[in-house]
Amino acid sequence: MSIAADALGMEWVKFRTVRSTYWTLLFAVVATIGIGALVCVVHINRFNHLSPGDRLEFDAVRFSLAGVQLAQLAIGVLGVLVMTNEYTTGVIRATFAAVPQRRAVLAAKALVFALAVFVVGEIASFSAFFVGQSILAGKNLDVHIGDPGVLRAVFGGGLYLTVLGLFALGLGSLVRHTAGAIATFFGLLLVLPGIVAALPQSWQDAIEKWLPVNAGEAIFRHGHQFGTGHSLGPWTGLGVFCAYAAAALLAAGFLLGRRDA
Amino acid sequence: MAQAVGSGTIAVRGLVKRYGRTVAVDGLSFDVRPGLVTGFLGPNGSGKSTTLRVIVGLDAPTTGQVTVSGTPYRTHRRPLHEVGALLEARSIHPGRSAYNHLLFLALSNGIPRRRVGEVLERVGLTDVARKRAGTFSLGMGQRLGIAAALLGDPGILLFDEPVNGLDPEGILWVRNLMRSLAAEGRTVFVSSHLMSEMSLTADHLVVIGKGKLIADTSVSDFVKGKGQARARVRSPGAQQLAGLLVAKGATVEPGPDGAMVVSGLPAEDIGDLAAAQGLALHELTPLQASLEEVFMEMTGHTVEYKAAPK
Repeated sequence: MSIAADALGMEWVKFRTVRSTYWTLLFAVVATIGIGALVCVVHINRFNHLSPGDRLEFDAVRFSLAGVQLAQLAIGVLGVLVMTNEYTTGVIRATFAAVPQRRAVLAAKALVFALAVFVVGEIASFSAFFVGQSILAGKNLDVHIGDPGVLRAVFGGGLYLTVLGLFALGLGSLVRHTAGAIATFFGLLLVLPGIVAALPQSWQDAIEKWLPVNAGEAIFRHGHQFGTGHSLGPWTGLGVFCAYAAAALLAAGFLLGRRDA
Repeated sequence: MAQAVGSGTIAVRGLVKRYGRTVAVDGLSFDVRPGLVTGFLGPNGSGKSTTLRVIVGLDAPTTGQVTVSGTPYRTHRRPLHEVGALLEARSIHPGRSAYNHLLFLALSNGIPRRRVGEVLERVGLTDVARKRAGTFSLGMGQRLGIAAALLGDPGILLFDEPVNGLDPEGILWVRNLMRSLAAEGRTVFVSSHLMSEMSLTADHLVVIGKGKLIADTSVSDFVKGKGQARARVRSPGAQQLAGLLVAKGATVEPGPDGAMVVSGLPAEDIGDLAAAQGLALHELTPLQASLEEVFMEMTGHTVEYKAAPK
């Protein structure tokens, strides 16, 4: 058996034997479906009052996936905790004494976490889509999963959460303290766009679409937002988002080998 | 246990560990050998825990080298079969059960699941195996840490302050456990800041102060070699005898109930001197310096923080 198999077995047991895993994943699913349904209900009730311009903007996919915005908070926190929990509880010492090949541990941890978030994220995203569309179908405003770009967007909801979680896990490993890592993560995710919005318009246009969230969101966006120059294409955006996550994980792997545990 | 060259031996060579500008370990060299309980002694903050962390590869040496069974810890594949360690700080997630804590460690080193049940039995935690470790008392936490150390049936065992938080029964249990592990031919390396605890358990001592080696010797040699000869003397002519002893270079202090404690002169010489002067002796008892006294004497000037003299 290889080091990879040892590390994967260890990380899988660790992941499934703490309650925070279940609570955060459950929250992510409930939030994705619940918020999506809520947003769809609100929009369907207001549809008759909308101007023709606003009716054109009506985006059935986006409304049903609105809950991903809330779910990402839970997944981000879980990604951070998966790493920082080991430092706050001291388990990291038991872990690295058992498997001194630290990068293999980080890789196994990331893989176990990514698989779990991917499965749960896709379940949440597809459920939210179908629940949302069944609500919108009341006024024939729903779209079909086979319509152009729809499957990609719905599938993208789970992908987005997975990559976002990996980004958080990398930051957790770099910062090692829960509070600091969560603050850093949400700073990059939520505060940075606000700061960029305060820049001159031409700068905003150049920078905004490259920010982690804006790049990543492109994968579960559908319809009107593309081709305006204000956002990247879905797969390009996901690629950029992956690059952020990869940079965090690579930096984490580099430092793991050099720092004392 | 593997029979490679140097198998079961911990070799520390010129170990220096700095954290920023603080020197935690300052040029340590010593060996820890199989079949003995080796006590690792030093005041708090003398570098014991740091040394242990370097041995198991958690901290990297600034300079110098540490090997277990011939190679650095980090190069061992499935190291829990080679070294089991109870480190000073807890390393258990409070939300995870004792069973699951041991299970992930077992899986990480290809140790069969049934072994988890065996070590839980050995440390007496079978009944609470499925309870969250956060509900454990300090002593139960220590027992779980010891179970984790025993998991891979390793030839080398490290215990950092193992009796911390244990009740008297638990302390006795740990002592017997360490003795029996050594009797099985394993290497047992136990740190403590309590000399008295080591005097009951250890065969050999590695004593450090401020990160430097003070002694690396058997327990009996440690007391003999370093302890100053002392004797309790009782005599009707105490006054006169004291004067003679001081003239011979001894130090005389008043002891309890009218006896005096003479140091710096062997008991035989005190007896001869009294006889030569025709002084009666009612008591002449050589005093063995306690391990604790020797320890205090040797490490006194190396203690990092000590109470101001009154």
